[in-house]
Parts: sequence; structure tokens; C-alpha cells
Amino acid sequence: MTMFYDAVILPFLEFAFMQRALAGAVMLSLSAGPVGVFLTLRRMSLTGDAMAHAILPGAATGFLLYGLEIVPMTIGGLVAGIVVALGAGAVARLTVQKEDASMAAFYLISLSLGVLMVSLRGSSVDLMHVLFGTVLALNNDALILIAMVCVLTLGVLAVFWRALVAECMDPLFLRSVSRLGSPVHFIFLGLVVTNLVAGFQALGTLLAVGLMILPAAAARFWTQRVSIMCLVAIGIGIVSSAVGLLLSYHASLPSGPAIILAAGSLYFASILASPRGLLLSRIPRSAHRAA
Amino acid sequence: MKDISAVPQACLNFSDLTLGYDQHPAVHHLSGEVAKGSLLAVVGGNGSGKSTLMKGIAGLLRPMGGACSVTAGTRLAYLPQRSELDHTFPARVIDLVSLGLWPRRGLLGRHRPEDRQAVSRALVSVGLESFEKRAIDTLSGGQLQRALFARVLVQDADLILLDEPFNAVDEQTIVDLIGLIKVWHGEGRTVMVVVHDLDLVREHFPEALLLARRPVAWGASRQTLSAENLQIARRYREAWNENAPWCGNEMSADLDHGHHDHVHHPEPARAGAL
Repeated sequence: MTMFYDAVILPFLEFAFMQRALAGAVMLSLSAGPVGVFLTLRRMSLTGDAMAHAILPGAATGFLLYGLEIVPMTIGGLVAGIVVALGAGAVARLTVQKEDASMAAFYLISLSLGVLMVSLRGSSVDLMHVLFGTVLALNNDALILIAMVCVLTLGVLAVFWRALVAECMDPLFLRSVSRLGSPVHFIFLGLVVTNLVAGFQALGTLLAVGLMILPAAAARFWTQRVSIMCLVAIGIGIVSSAVGLLLSYHASLPSGPAIILAAGSLYFASILASPRGLLLSRIPRSAHRAA
Repeated sequence: MKDISAVPQACLNFSDLTLGYDQHPAVHHLSGEVAKGSLLAVVGGNGSGKSTLMKGIAGLLRPMGGACSVTAGTRLAYLPQRSELDHTFPARVIDLVSLGLWPRRGLLGRHRPEDRQAVSRALVSVGLESFEKRAIDTLSGGQLQRALFARVLVQDADLILLDEPFNAVDEQTIVDLIGLIKVWHGEGRTVMVVVHDLDLVREHFPEALLLARRPVAWGASRQTLSAENLQIARRYREAWNENAPWCGNEMSADLDHGHHDHVHHPEPARAGAL
């Protein structure tokens, strides 16, 4: 018991940086988890990844102008993300091109611009920070930003829940009963961007998307209802955050990858062990019901 | 086309309606009225504009020319082709059918006990009473279509648009679904159904509209589906041309076309060529 306490509880009680890291990661799990659920259900998992890359030139502009400061980098990232999301979304809605192609085109342009800008001024250390974040060095500004994004996301999800579900399940039906179809799509893309921007303070642009997609992808194996899927995704995100931070603390691993790999392990565990996963669905059962 | 003056009360009015994609019309110069309480089959081969017309009526597609107007105050229910629905979405039958409450409760209105009763009643009507908690990805094609009809029931609409509801559905289900459609017809609702099976149309639908990217015939089913009309429909439909002349030029050669006040071209200058 004391061993458990020492290994799992004590690090969080003893060190403020661990508390901050945990608080940040838990809030991120709360808001990015459900966003990831809708992203995967819309078959836009890779869009999340693309958006994470797209944020880079904006963050880099902030970095070029003000150095490693949270507010300018966040605003820059937000602007770049929204430009790419709206641009790719508009091309998809207004032309024959599908969203996956327009999104890929926009994010590739955006990513190369971003790397170009960071390398114009920074060293490889700065680039590493932007790409991989520093969850163990979250300051107050970063925590406040993450908290605001978390509250905003949960609020928007609560208000637009019904429309998001309908737009995912049967978009033509939604468009026949309501004008919310297109707005909801863009509101949702906005949520994706804000969550990635919040996540990139902690996990960097490349890993922020991990806490969004991996818990959602794992949750799909456990349930047949979208609301429960969101709760499971949040739970998996929180557990991954705690486990990842502890691994990072005890084994001196970089914290961002540790958190994402913890989520990745839960994803594989879900593939194997969940009721709809590989093992249980393959076990031959002799008994079957009459109807 | 139909004689407008003979129709007492219209539910839907097409005036020289042209719908299409990328400047190519998919439904070309359709005029006429759908009377309140009609049961109308929309027929035609693949690519003849049937689904496009449904989308146009449901307001999902803006006309390239002319107008399609639904009489004010008409509640509309549109059932897209089943392939448009994501049937792997994690939802239960009851969640799918409850979407039909949207016109009543909208985005934020709470679902009341009477709403839940309406959903249950609808499930009983389509023969899915014990399926409430089943995941939609475990339903057969016929069961899913029944659930979608239950959603239409919950919508309680005056004008019901069904796009190919009998596709890939077994015979018993078709019989049951047609039974529901006849109940709606009996209740005075207007029902438009895209159907492929012409025998089904002759047997169950009093009125039919034959499309071949333009209206070929519209009236009593048996006359509309005459061998001659079907022959004409086949000929029209195969006439799609990437480099077709702008509609204004084509018109002068086609006396049957009736009046027109548009060309399907972004430059208004072309209209002057008339």
C-alpha cells in the first residue's frame, strides 16, 4: 500500500510541476476527448493530424515576433488553424474537391511555411519545443488558457450536441430540417483548432492530436452509444495522462510522448480485450439465444 | 404538363424548375403542381434526376433556374437514400428515430414524455417494438428502412419525400412500407416516392411523374408509364453531352419546351443570343 502511495500519489503531492502537468492534461482530456470522438466518427481522424500541422506557421509567427511567449503563439496558431480549416472546408463545400484532398493541400503548405519560419530565427531546440511541447513546465498562462478552452468546448458541445450527432449520422436529414448543417460543421472545426492550440502548449503541435484521437479511437470498442463513447474517451485520456506523467517522473522519459504512448497502450488493450475487440468477438460460443 | 387550373389546392409548385450540378441540368424545365394529398411516384432510369428533384424540393439544392415552392406552413419530411446514412454510427434505434423530433423540439428543446410515446408508437407501427435499444449497425437493410420510416412517422409531416425506400429491401418489408405509405395517403398527407419498380407504381400509386432529366409525362400512372413514354424517356436520358450548347440556343429548336427565362450560364450576355 505504501509502495503504491509512494509511486503513484506522492509525486503529485510533492511537486507543484507534477500537479500543474496533471491539471493541464486532465483538462485537455476532458475537452479534447469528446472532440476526438466526433472527429473519428466523421472519419476525419487524419484531419486532426493535418490541423495540428497547420497550426505551425501561426505559432511560428508568434514565436518570431515575441519569442517563446504563450499568448502570441496561441493567437497565431488559432489564426493559422482557422484559416486552414475554413479554407479547406470552403473548397470542399464549394467545389468538386473532397475535404481530405483540400485539407491535405492546405496543411502541407501551412506546415512547410511554419518550419521555414521557425528555422529562419530559431535553433533546433526552439523547434523541438514548438513541435513537442513541455507538459512539465506549464505556467499559469498556459493553465488558464487550457481551462478556458476546456470550458468553452464543453459548453459548445452541450449546446450543439443534437446537431453534431445528427450531422454525423445523417447529414442530409439535418439539412432537411434545419439550417444548422453547415454552421455546425465549421463550429466543430473551430473546436478542433482551439483544442489543438490548447494542447500544443503542453504536448506540442505533433502530439496534441494524440490526446484527441487515441482515447476516442479506443472508446469506440467499448460502447454503442456516442454519449458513453465520449465519457469513455475522457476516462482513457485522464488515465493516460496520469500514467504517462508517472512514467515520465520515475523513468525520466519525455512527458509528452509518455502520455501519448500510455494512451496508445490503452488503445491496443481495447482492440484486444474490449467486448467488440479482437479476442472476445472471435471466441466461439456454443450457446446462442433462441431469437 | 399538368393543367394547373384543374388542381384545387396545391402543396407544391414547380415553375420552370431547373436543378443541376456544374451547369449541367439534372432536372430540366419542370412545371406543374402537386395537389395536397396526392400519392405521386417519381420514376425514371438512373441519372434521370429523381433524387435531384427530391433534394431540390427538400431545399438542399438551389435551383439553377425557375422555382420550386412548397406551400407556406407545410411541414416537410425527407428520407434520403439509405446509402446517405452512416449506419456504423454508434446509436441505438431509439436515437435514430428520435431525430424525427427535431421539427418539434429543435436543437435545445427537451424531449417530453409525449415525445417518447410518439417514438414508441412509431416503432410499433413499423414492427420494431422490441428494437428500441438495438445498435443501428446490427440492423438488416429492411429493419433499418423500417426504423427510418418510424422517423418519418415521428416527424408528422404534411409533405413526405421518400427517395428509393424500396431498394435492397425484401418483399414483406416492401408490402409493410407500402401499407404505411397508404395510411399516410389516407390521412391526407402528400407523399412523393422515388420508385424503380414500375409494376409497383402501376399497382399502388395513382399518379406518376416520369423523368428523363426533363419531365416526359405526368399524370395517372398507367397513362404516364405507357410504352411510348418509356421509349421517349430512354432516348432523352442518353442525350447527356459534355459540350451541349447553352440552353438558350437549344430552346429555339425544341418547340415542346414551353417558355423559359434563363440560361444555365454564368454570363448574362449569352441570354442576348436568344
